[in-house]
Amino acid sequence: MLEVRNLVKHFGGVRAVDGLDFKIQQGEVFGLIGPNGSGKSTTVNLVCGVFAPTDGEILLDGIDLGAIAPHNRVDAGVARTFQNIRLFSELTVWQNLWVAWRDQPGQEQGWVSNWFGRSPARRQEIQKLLEFSGLGDKADHLAGNLAFGEQRRLELARAMASKPKLILLDEPAAGMNSAEIKDLCQRVLAMKEMGMTVLLVEHVMELVMNVTDRITVLNFGKPIAQGTPIEIQNNKLVQEAYFGSAENAHGGVS
Amino acid sequence: MTYLLGILQTIGVHTLLGLSAYLLLLTGQLSLAQVGFFAIGAYVSGILTVIFSWNIFAALALGSLMAGFFAFLVGFPALRVKGLMLVVATISFSEIVRLFFFNLSWRVNVNGVEVGPDSTQGFREIRYFAANGWEQIHIVGLIWFVVMVVMLALWWLDQVRAGAVLRAVGTDELAAQSSGINLTMVKVAAMTGGGVIAGIGGGLFAHSTTYVDHHTFVILLATFAVSYPIIGGLRSVIGTLLAVIFIQGFIIEGLRFMGDYRNLIFGLLIILVMNMRPQGLLDGHLVADIRKLLAKLTKGGKADA
Repeated sequence: MLEVRNLVKHFGGVRAVDGLDFKIQQGEVFGLIGPNGSGKSTTVNLVCGVFAPTDGEILLDGIDLGAIAPHNRVDAGVARTFQNIRLFSELTVWQNLWVAWRDQPGQEQGWVSNWFGRSPARRQEIQKLLEFSGLGDKADHLAGNLAFGEQRRLELARAMASKPKLILLDEPAAGMNSAEIKDLCQRVLAMKEMGMTVLLVEHVMELVMNVTDRITVLNFGKPIAQGTPIEIQNNKLVQEAYFGSAENAHGGVS
Repeated sequence: MTYLLGILQTIGVHTLLGLSAYLLLLTGQLSLAQVGFFAIGAYVSGILTVIFSWNIFAALALGSLMAGFFAFLVGFPALRVKGLMLVVATISFSEIVRLFFFNLSWRVNVNGVEVGPDSTQGFREIRYFAANGWEQIHIVGLIWFVVMVVMLALWWLDQVRAGAVLRAVGTDELAAQSSGINLTMVKVAAMTGGGVIAGIGGGLFAHSTTYVDHHTFVILLATFAVSYPIIGGLRSVIGTLLAVIFIQGFIIEGLRFMGDYRNLIFGLLIILVMNMRPQGLLDGHLVADIRKLLAKLTKGGKADA
């Protein structure tokens, strides 16, 4: 469903992404891992249009995303979360979802009621998503006043609010404790069950190895390996990229 | 009484200016173009009542629509830049408008009297209210009616999704864009709305003072316009109104004996607010506290009854 062909992004002389190819299948959780500075976040930013690629193509269900303005990529079916949480901190929790909200296909409200209406049905849908995210009782709190783990969950819920086909998670486990990571694993798997396709960029192996179907490993902007979590764990090149040598690998990857 | 009405008149017009800047500040944009829109509203509606003998309401409406139209046009190029560059671009716009009216000479003979904008001499014959038997109390009533309508409209905007979107853009543009918000459209819409509000303020100003010239529409007025919502805070339109009452009623009128030193106090106030209460005097926490207090009071009242 998402196809990245020969993707290249240079920042001045730095080749952040340097000839990246991968295909994500419908309904799969696809992991993108690699050491710091290997181009993972840049790839996310290219897919959702924060940066324009130097070269290459990004196709979503065969449609060239490069021709679509960044804000319209949400309607094309791409949503994301951020590495450093970016909520609308001065809005309430439910308003955060309201801003990003898209109605189910076929049930869209008209332009006027979309912008100037207060549809109770929509409010209920938002409440359901908040319940799903474990934020049901925080609907009227200011987003900025939530605890860290709740803010992460709210950002995930906001990405889901636009009914995306593909959701990009940029290091969603950063700063989480192990209980929170377990909870996040459940959420990602639940999203998969709901039919969403997920591109997961992550350092935390506990999350990556438990939820992904396939993984691409990046190093210096280039893919060095691709395969299932088990294959990747046993891949010599990957172990070297991460740990320098194979000896120390066992303790880190588990 | 006349003195008091005069102050009410000033506070009302300045509140419209402040609300015009408030709407755009919600999206995080600091614009000094509001005084340009204000001038367009003043001159256009003045020309309509004086030269074309229009009814005041029609003239005010078209004056503010024209201001909104120019805001829309200026919005597209201006809102592509941010921060200081936007300030520079909007100052330039206001100066262009001011210099245009500074040079505009359009003298027409109406009923044996020569009237109209007279370039450097200003536009001196805006006598609609006097000619149609309006008393000052009626004029003040009209101004405050408009102020109330605009405040209600902005309050209502905060109850619907559009208001949440404006604030979302003001809080985090990247997150808003990633949530599918067209940043340019939202900012231009806010600019246009601000232009309409400033335009009607300008029309009311021109007709209530009966005389405008280019001196009125200097950048100082634009700095007043943005300082009201900054000092009053962006949580609520009430903040802007309170800031205008405080600055125009207390600092400008109350401290009149201090002469030009008042401007020093005004500057000091802005610096103090920015350092001590960056969210404005009426920030989110204060609003929440007031709500809680009100809820307690109403609950207490019910219990007694």
